[in-house]
Amino acid sequence: MCCGTGCRASQSEQIIANLQEILLQKELQEEVQVVRTGCFGFCEKGPVIKIVPDNTFYTEVKPEDAELIVQEHLIKGRKVDRLLYLNPETQEHEPDSKHITFYKKQYRIALRNCGFINPENIDEYIARDGYLALGKAITEMTPEGVIQEITASGLRGRGGGGFPTGVKWNFTCKVEATQKYVVCNADEGDPGAFMDRSILEGDPHSVLEAMAINGYCTGASKGLIYIRAEYPLAIERLKIAIAQAEEYGLLGEHILGTDFSFDIELRYGAGAFVCGEETALIHSMEGLRGEATLKPPFPSERGYNGFPTNVNNVETYANIPVILLKGADWFQQIGTEKSKGTKVFALAGKVNNVGLIEVPMGTTLREVIFGIGGGIKDGKRFKAVQTGGPSGGCLTDKHLDRPIDYDNLIQAGSMMGSGGMIVMDEDDCMVAMAKFYLDFTVEESCGKCSPCRIGNKRLYEILDRITKGRGTLDDLDNLRNLGSVIKDTALCGLGQTSPNPVLSTLDNFMEEYEAHIIDHKCPAGQCKALLSYVIDPYKCTGCTLCARNCPANAITGERKIPHVIDTKLCIKCGVCMEKCRFGAITVQ
Amino acid sequence: MEDNVVLYIDNHTVVVPVGTTILEAAKEIGIEIPSLCYMNMKDLCITNLPASCRICVVEIEGRKNLAPSCATRCEQGMKVKTSSLRVLNARRIVLELILSDHPTDCLICPKSGKCDLQRLASRFKIQEISFKGEQSQYEVESSPSIIRDMKKCIYCRRCEMMCNDVQTVGALGAVNRGFTSTISPAFRKDLKDSECTYCGQCVAVCPVGALTEVDHTNRLLRDLADPSKTVIVQTAPAVRAALGEEFGFPPGISVTGKMVSALRELGFAKVFDTDFAADLTIMEEGSELLDRLTRFLDGDKDVCLPILTSCCPAWVNFFEHYFSDMLDIPSTARSPQQMFGSIAKNYWAELMNIPRENLIVVSIMPCLAKKYECAREEFADAGGDPDVNYSISTRELANLIKRANIDFNALPEEDFDTPLGESTGAGVIFGASGGVMEAALRTAYELYTGETLKNVDFKEVRGLQGIKKASVNLKGFELKIGIAHGLGNARKLLEDIREGKSEFHAIEIMACPGGCVGGGGQPLHHGNSILLKARSNALYEEDYNKPLRKSHENPYIIKLYEDYLGKPMSEKAHHLLHTHYFNKSE
Repeated sequence: MCCGTGCRASQSEQIIANLQEILLQKELQEEVQVVRTGCFGFCEKGPVIKIVPDNTFYTEVKPEDAELIVQEHLIKGRKVDRLLYLNPETQEHEPDSKHITFYKKQYRIALRNCGFINPENIDEYIARDGYLALGKAITEMTPEGVIQEITASGLRGRGGGGFPTGVKWNFTCKVEATQKYVVCNADEGDPGAFMDRSILEGDPHSVLEAMAINGYCTGASKGLIYIRAEYPLAIERLKIAIAQAEEYGLLGEHILGTDFSFDIELRYGAGAFVCGEETALIHSMEGLRGEATLKPPFPSERGYNGFPTNVNNVETYANIPVILLKGADWFQQIGTEKSKGTKVFALAGKVNNVGLIEVPMGTTLREVIFGIGGGIKDGKRFKAVQTGGPSGGCLTDKHLDRPIDYDNLIQAGSMMGSGGMIVMDEDDCMVAMAKFYLDFTVEESCGKCSPCRIGNKRLYEILDRITKGRGTLDDLDNLRNLGSVIKDTALCGLGQTSPNPVLSTLDNFMEEYEAHIIDHKCPAGQCKALLSYVIDPYKCTGCTLCARNCPANAITGERKIPHVIDTKLCIKCGVCMEKCRFGAITVQ
Repeated sequence: MEDNVVLYIDNHTVVVPVGTTILEAAKEIGIEIPSLCYMNMKDLCITNLPASCRICVVEIEGRKNLAPSCATRCEQGMKVKTSSLRVLNARRIVLELILSDHPTDCLICPKSGKCDLQRLASRFKIQEISFKGEQSQYEVESSPSIIRDMKKCIYCRRCEMMCNDVQTVGALGAVNRGFTSTISPAFRKDLKDSECTYCGQCVAVCPVGALTEVDHTNRLLRDLADPSKTVIVQTAPAVRAALGEEFGFPPGISVTGKMVSALRELGFAKVFDTDFAADLTIMEEGSELLDRLTRFLDGDKDVCLPILTSCCPAWVNFFEHYFSDMLDIPSTARSPQQMFGSIAKNYWAELMNIPRENLIVVSIMPCLAKKYECAREEFADAGGDPDVNYSISTRELANLIKRANIDFNALPEEDFDTPLGESTGAGVIFGASGGVMEAALRTAYELYTGETLKNVDFKEVRGLQGIKKASVNLKGFELKIGIAHGLGNARKLLEDIREGKSEFHAIEIMACPGGCVGGGGQPLHHGNSILLKARSNALYEEDYNKPLRKSHENPYIIKLYEDYLGKPMSEKAHHLLHTHYFNKSE
């Protein structure tokens, strides 16, 4: 039973309780084990249950379905068709997860254990080769050897920057100091992104193991996980995992009888987006204001409390144990020339299969959105996909066949970021979208440097004007000029990328901006200030239904005579159009 | 290892030591890269380097983004452009952005003409701001000394750095985030309810009009015009060393004589000198030191040593807030300003037969904390009449002189009035860090040993080093003295005392970098430590040229004791010249 945050929010704990109660009634508690796992990724269809060994995959299960599953599947051996995933193309029920398109094209390295093991049981992790890589590293390999392997694998930081992980480790390793730190960046702040949360909820030990390996390589005896306090389940599971690893002697003094000692503590973030930037993160851990500082010095030279500190993201760590076990050559074969391995994405927006996916680098956007994602919801037209979180860019039709990797995305005007991927359809206004993201960065800027503090605010104000029909053509030049200067002059990664949504939509959707400014129209019909509701007098029968439902009393007219909307009073709520049974009301 | 790096700035080849920043390297070849938040007082180890205003950005070949030249170190072979089109466009836009969130009512801003932002806007010939939008709105907030107008703040964080890193007072810090970021005391308290010591260093470094002083010039003009009032003035030593800067004199020129003339022109009935009171302070504080020392040497275990000077009101505020467990350690002697006020309103008023209520005592101070000090309740008579009615800063005095159409440069040099205008060289050097201790040593030595001091110059206590140490042999007893300027340095010495680790018998503390010459009421130093050095030198020069250089030789001080006070630390002296301290830690 999936017990990630999403499925738990739709009553997976109740389903478990019901299952256990019925199993007890049927005296099957010895034969059938109900396991709480981490996220399966197919959040769109949650709550999700998988029955092993036959891999039957039940979706959208309700607590009251528990009895049916026990009765039909477990006792009688018959699959419950109603709960199986319905293939939208063939209209047939898929018998197991392997046949579901959502999973077919995925390749899971970082998410390898998510949905397979009980994250609260270290034995299950160990059973799937857990802590083998740590053992191998500290008993058979030198720190340099491990770093070499990681460097050779071509693994790059999954937090957004894409910096080669092995090179980063080597920097920290080379600096001489009495104390060093290894920090896991679990301050996942992109709206709608939950890659790191799912890994920590579903497979916490993989991160702990990798941090210990990182400690061994860099000479750090202390690990810190900086995690958002808004991730209570991940925190809980991490605490359990740390306690278990300490009990097993896999963390703490003299790990596996060697001279290597390493322990891990948690540090909680208060949810400031900028604290995902490594220098801001370190300052926050030090108890200071969460603000970025200029690099150099890099954290590898002077980090937490002034000591050399290696900061890596959760997903980066989740890759490490597998690389050490299967080797750099194996990892090298996956992905593109400069981006190796896989990437986890949180697929969201107007796509049929919302969820968490992991694909090899080099997969195209088309494969992700139309293959795994199952295409656009309600058969609408694809318009754009926003990658890289709030400061990523918007990509369009013309980018769909571009293989996803760090460099291609940057070249296209967006970025990998930490893996947010939001799909938009024809009903989404791109100006409003840019404004939405700017609103976020204005709110989340630490305020330290002038371009980000004031510049983003001004970008937002210009966009706001345009969406309200008060923009000028000069505003377009100002947006572009200001956006480029903010990128060029801001102090940290937040400000250097925050204009991306504006600049990429200017590049790809100029006609939408012009429509707002010149024609005072929002082609997607999303910008309320630019809409006007009109009653077609030839279609209106004077039934009065619209007038009776208008909350602003903006519609007048005699019974059986065509009605009229007073645009000055209209609040553009759309109720009249919804209520009209004759299709007489249109929005222009 | 190479000690130098070679780089190319705007096609000039530059050789600089490793560690030099691009901004510094450019300056060496005459390229002045504009900056706002950056501040570097090398002699005092004070730097403000948030690299956050982004005005000083430059283009470095091979780098994706523009780099802040203030914080980017030169590297071998680096190719830097400081004024390419890309740089100029970015700089201009960043400047316009800053201006877009800044009131443009420069004409009526107290900082007009002395504002770094105004100067930059003029240098860039900004005549239109392309990015208009919402502006930050904050109420103007006043305290006894400092006015905060956060609408004008450009978030350079200089004040925060001064308050936290240098002074370790921690009254000001960044709050909120994004566009609403601002500087404020914790929990948005008013400054007057915070730990602020009113040292005014935040004002001294603020590049714009966000932090300014409480202005008493209009009040003074009204009093001067009131025929029923006798208005007299005292001027602190550091004022004369900096006032000239406001009238085009190079830093380090003492303008004592012209200042006295100007004050007479302004209409003061008598122009006296705080230096007189400084000599008096030495008599009292020096005697207190000798008293504690003698008791200590006699085996008294309860005697409090080291003794700490108490001339600096910001320092007094600091220990009342942070070292309230040690209120018995500082000398009980009042500051020279308050000793002067007390003597003027009691002894002199009596002497001249002026009713106290008709006598207005004004002080000209290099200091903003002095404004607060005058207003302390313990420095007023029973009816609430303050000993010093109010204090105006060096800057306010310069402004008054300009307003009164006085051609300062053409003024003759005049002498102070007697008796409260007579001083020795020892009083003059009170204005520089180490000066009080040097003056005290001159007197203490002679009073303790009964011998004449051959060399009155104690050079080891001079200079801008944060903590200075010296020792003097008093007939076989090694008197150890410590000197700190800047409250952060003071804190270190105080913590040593608290832990019982202090090696000193006497410590001088001044809150401001360099002592009073770098005070918050002086012409704004904006982080220029050359000014502080030059001003100190001016005071030492004046001391050197004085016929009398030891406080106890001041004939009017001798007369004051003979006629009125009796002897140092007499009951009368205690009543008029000493004070007590309060616990402000809660």
